[in-house]
Amino acid sequence: MTGPRQARLGGHSRVAFDVGRVRADFPLLQQTIADGRPLVYLDNAATTQKPRQVIDAISRFYSEDNANIHRGVYDLCERATRLYEGARFTAQRFLGAADAREIVFVRGTTEAVNLVAYSFCRPRLHPGDEVVVSAMEHHSNIVPWQLVCEERGARLRVVPMNGRGELVLEALPDLLGPRTRMLAVTHVSNALGTVNPVKEIVALARTRGVPVLVDGAQALPHLRVDVQDIGCDFYAVSGHKVFGPTGVGVLYGRLPHLEAMPPYQGGGDMIRSVSFEKTTFAAPPARFEAGTPNIAGAVGFAAALEYLDALDWDAVTVHEAELLAHATQALSAIPGVRIIGTAAEKVAVVSFVLEGAHAHDVGTIADEDGVALRTGHHCAQPAMDFLGVPATARASFAFYNTHAEVEALAAAVSRVREVLG
Amino acid sequence: MAELRDLYQQVILDHNRNPRHRGRIADATGQATGDNPLCGDRITVFVEVEDGVIRDIGFEGSGCAISTASASLMTSAVLGTTTEQAERLFQAFHSMVVDPAAPVDPKALGKLAVFAGVRGFPARVKCANLAWHTLHAALGSGAGSVSTE
Repeated sequence: MTGPRQARLGGHSRVAFDVGRVRADFPLLQQTIADGRPLVYLDNAATTQKPRQVIDAISRFYSEDNANIHRGVYDLCERATRLYEGARFTAQRFLGAADAREIVFVRGTTEAVNLVAYSFCRPRLHPGDEVVVSAMEHHSNIVPWQLVCEERGARLRVVPMNGRGELVLEALPDLLGPRTRMLAVTHVSNALGTVNPVKEIVALARTRGVPVLVDGAQALPHLRVDVQDIGCDFYAVSGHKVFGPTGVGVLYGRLPHLEAMPPYQGGGDMIRSVSFEKTTFAAPPARFEAGTPNIAGAVGFAAALEYLDALDWDAVTVHEAELLAHATQALSAIPGVRIIGTAAEKVAVVSFVLEGAHAHDVGTIADEDGVALRTGHHCAQPAMDFLGVPATARASFAFYNTHAEVEALAAAVSRVREVLG
Repeated sequence: MAELRDLYQQVILDHNRNPRHRGRIADATGQATGDNPLCGDRITVFVEVEDGVIRDIGFEGSGCAISTASASLMTSAVLGTTTEQAERLFQAFHSMVVDPAAPVDPKALGKLAVFAGVRGFPARVKCANLAWHTLHAALGSGAGSVSTE
């Protein structure tokens, strides 16, 4: 399943989702602010909170299983290695990859994109070649490409979007020309919540022989992803966006690509043999995992994926669609509010501006009510520029958010103009 | 936790609603643009300096209530002062908003003392400082740009 699951909102087909039960798994969400009101955490697109199962897995690893992985002959080392490599299998299954060797552990989506830009794309780029990105990319899926283009005399081209924050796919065939060496596109926009039809985009790119990297950082917390179904060459995700720890993520890459790519960084664990004359590199994924990796991070990440896997995704999808509909309706009803990003296919992310108030004032005032929002350009300055807003306030939801929290958000935003007078 | 009304004081709200000295000035001898790239605040300050005295000043740009009010109150405070006095005021203002332990001297700061409440909101300090950094650049080089990041 790759697209957004269709939410069945009407009557009898509704799937019950016990938000109270899943919420109880998240210790951080139990806290209150100074005046005793509950914390309303709506900055999930920036990072998600962690369930007890993830926190415990990390704690257990350090309490019982910690050793440096690979090569050690003692039992503890083998246990740590099994956990780390087991996390790779978990990620493989969760993403639908054909082979565990296609799963490279990285620090996060940003490092995954950089790895592909430098190791895969850069050697293929010649002066006059082109790399295509979209108008709604996060800076981390723009800047690495810009850097390699600049160095190689290549050109960065951009798939435009419309005023609702949807990609103009009609423009794509013309952008994918004989000089196009790479297409990098986000699955879900962090700033606008737009879900892009990546399967369709990849299919078109493949007919032109253009490899595709999909930035999946914002998709994985909301959608079930199958990289083989999407058909992409690379897919990048971050652990901390999917209820796992920071500092760990996964790059999925098709094995033939990874096997042909030179190392990204040199160091221990990525070599077969080293002499001062010649080093032979290890096969993927070890080739791209120089140095001691974030072992506990991988273990925690796998625990997060297992947690997600155990959820009833039909119910999650309906619940999130209802949160999105509720938040969109409640915010739109406030005088002066304009929703930024009104794509037909969206995850539960609502960016908005309030006439007469800067996003930062909205954020500070909402914070007094315990409502945590992100304000600013959300690391997507080109998208903000195109939409003509210097900054927005953004409420981004996860499956553990509630309708009461949507009401708290609306109440806080309603108060802003009153405070500013 | 800091109180919201310490941040959004009446004087600040008034200057946000009705900013003073908004717009370009006719005979600018210096100007600079400053931005908080992470916030999307952007301001240009224009100054006319003659014999070391700020004869005229104006600003344009867009930003939050704190940055707009700060620009408005700053332009009011430094109009007619010497550039040295303006720089001293900048230092006093800067110390006040970044150092929670610094005493607030209403005599030195005048109306600018209303920004003391910003100290309780560390994420908003750069909003209050933006206009001042931009003025500093406009007085220094005659033209340029600054960023708080």
